[in-house]
Amino acid sequence: MEWFTENRHDILVAFGFTVEMVVIAGVVALVLGAILAAMRVSPIPLARGIGTFYVYAVRNTPLLLIMLLFAFGIPNLDIRPELHLGDAELLRLNVFFVFATAALGLYTAAFVCEAVRSGINSVPLGQAEAARAIGLTFGQSLRLVILPQAFRAVLQPVASALIAMIKNSAIAVGVGVTEMGFEMQKLQNDHPSSRWEIFIVFAIAYMLLVAIVALVTAALERRARIA
Amino acid sequence: MSSSVLFDEPGPRARVRFRLYNGVFVLVVLGVIALVLYKFNAAGQFESRIYHRLSENGVITELRRGLVATLEAAGLAIAVALLLGIVLAVARLSDHRWIRVPATAFVEFFRAVPLVLLIIFLFGLAGATSPMSGWDTRTQGLAALVTGLMLYNGSVLCEVFRAGVNAVPKGQAEAAYAIGMRKNQVLRVVLIPQGVRYMLPAIISQCVVALKDTSLGYIVLYPEFLRGSRTVAQYAGSFLVTYLLIALVYIAMNSVLSLLAYWAERRISQRGRGAARAVEHVEEALAAG
Amino acid sequence: MRLLKIKAVLVGAALAASTGALTACGSDGGDETDVEVKKASGLTGVAKELAEKGTITIGVKIDQPGIGFKAPGADAPEGFDIEIGRILAGALGISDDDITWVETVSDNREPFLQQGRVDLVIASYSITDDRRKIVGQAGPYYVTGQQLLVREDDKDRITGPDDLKSIKVCSVEGSTSLARVEDEYGAKPVPFATYSECVDQLQNETVDAVTTDGAILLGYAAEDPDNLEVVGDPFSEERYGVGYEKDAGGMCEFISDTLKSAEDDGTWATAFENTLGESGVETPDPPALDECA
Repeated sequence: MEWFTENRHDILVAFGFTVEMVVIAGVVALVLGAILAAMRVSPIPLARGIGTFYVYAVRNTPLLLIMLLFAFGIPNLDIRPELHLGDAELLRLNVFFVFATAALGLYTAAFVCEAVRSGINSVPLGQAEAARAIGLTFGQSLRLVILPQAFRAVLQPVASALIAMIKNSAIAVGVGVTEMGFEMQKLQNDHPSSRWEIFIVFAIAYMLLVAIVALVTAALERRARIA
Repeated sequence: MSSSVLFDEPGPRARVRFRLYNGVFVLVVLGVIALVLYKFNAAGQFESRIYHRLSENGVITELRRGLVATLEAAGLAIAVALLLGIVLAVARLSDHRWIRVPATAFVEFFRAVPLVLLIIFLFGLAGATSPMSGWDTRTQGLAALVTGLMLYNGSVLCEVFRAGVNAVPKGQAEAAYAIGMRKNQVLRVVLIPQGVRYMLPAIISQCVVALKDTSLGYIVLYPEFLRGSRTVAQYAGSFLVTYLLIALVYIAMNSVLSLLAYWAERRISQRGRGAARAVEHVEEALAAG
Repeated sequence: MRLLKIKAVLVGAALAASTGALTACGSDGGDETDVEVKKASGLTGVAKELAEKGTITIGVKIDQPGIGFKAPGADAPEGFDIEIGRILAGALGISDDDITWVETVSDNREPFLQQGRVDLVIASYSITDDRRKIVGQAGPYYVTGQQLLVREDDKDRITGPDDLKSIKVCSVEGSTSLARVEDEYGAKPVPFATYSECVDQLQNETVDAVTTDGAILLGYAAEDPDNLEVVGDPFSEERYGVGYEKDAGGMCEFISDTLKSAEDDGTWATAFENTLGESGVETPDPPALDECA
């Protein structure tokens, strides 16, 4: 395991970048996904249209293409966002990190939207009818009746989307982000004899991240259990 | 659809309000579009030179070559993935633990590993192991890509097949056992032929996923559509415009496939609600990863 | 070429090179140098046999602009390495039509020579003692080293590796170039799969420098001489040599003598000017040749 001990620092930094990517993109995906879902069920035709169009377009496009679009295309517009939140290596988020994370978040948002929507649709019709019957508005029926019940149904699909996102974060290696996928590639080139070992270790690292999401989801499911 | 039950048929005041909301929305959207177009223009993205270059014959040929390479890889990958999926599904349905457990481990592993990582690993492996190391780099890339896609999609399809078989009404299997068929025959003669109907939409959806994932060949430099278009983008002078165009092509390709899936689902659902529900179950198994 | 064991680099450059194919404004191998096709006197051994055979097979790169690059659809590759090949063939009395160009990548240069699939290898092939144990290497015909490619506007700000602190520098994943600028000069590494993508990012102003062997950088600078420039003295050394089958009699003397005459009579300089020189860089002095063992 000398490849590990020799490069411990780099590996941990790469892991850190992956975690950062996943957390930031996850938040973006959840927020945007929820907004898109609301748009798709709202009474405003244009909002429904935009929501539908967004999801449709994103779901049929490869994530790598979206990342390339951001990393190579947006600079064509003279936009090159960077975030330097501090001096530590993990806090210097260069333009490629920003682009890749944004792309990941926007991509996953479409899947979160669909997950939330299916959750909302799984609530029995009678609930929504009853809410209308006692005079609740769109906003109120959504907030007080539908969403709390949809929450339970939503957990699994949203967790799936986030798990897929964690695995997809490795695609950022194609646009110059020094995250775990890149680190694995580098280590395999430098230590070709430990190829298999390195692959298994990195695979396990991703599985760990996935396991965390799965655990949190399970905990939330237990708490949201209705009697 | 409950969404239409979330709010009453709008009364006159509500209608006006909705129209107002719609109007505001329209204005905001138009504003955003205008801003984007302005930015594009200011950065010279509407220069005719870009579009002239993109429509040149050399460019079209280059793009077409990439597209063919993509379809090649996708076709190969789906074919072997289907085979592997069937083998794995049969293994997972086996009564013998020594077959079932390794198969389950295999499937769980390849569904959990990021596909990119798998492809990068396989590419490195190909370069270092003979006889693959003697191949030219394009073939190595293709091999890594197709193998990775096969392992991943094969595992997912295994789950689809399993779910499809399980979706067949229990009575069928019970009747088959009752007339003395053995496990093997039950699967082959009764369950799988009926199960296929339920699996079809999910299988086609997975083809869409596989097609999108061929773009990962970019990272191992296999000259598929996305990789080939980089050169085009550089030539045309605008990555933004070129990649947007490429995105449109992908959307078009996948739309055709998705339409197929939708059509297949409709036709099967027409056979009854039971069938529709079975299809849903299969798709859920698919979505869970 | 040196420690770049990564095929990715080569294939990447190959695809990178396709850029040249589509670039209308003369992506170069440039004009062809006039090479005298006249059998030299005093040939011995394998060199004599080749001259008598009248044909020769040379292994080259086809994916490095300016060095060894074949545009899709072109019949033959172009570049500085190709010109050297033509010069050597000329001295055997072999004209261009009788030269067969074979693509070689880093990993198969030695095997191809050992198996006799090629007679010579001229493919950014660095001379090293390790290699000299398995194949013969004569030359060098060009000395290069790690350098930096920057935008025209930055050439005063970034003049060499010491100016790289906290600068985003791009190179191909896995090359020693990237590790070196990070570890020794404090640069911020940005890895991509191909040099072309690095150059794209440089032009997009999302990175500020690209680093690898100067020879390769010059090739890219030659494609966009107004915007890109190679700066700094090389901070490593690579000596490109001509490979031939180990212990092939007469080859080392033949190659060294021919290279010397080409250097003396200006053919070497012309070859450089027509290929890598298109980048605007001044033609260097030809390197001193190693003694034949």
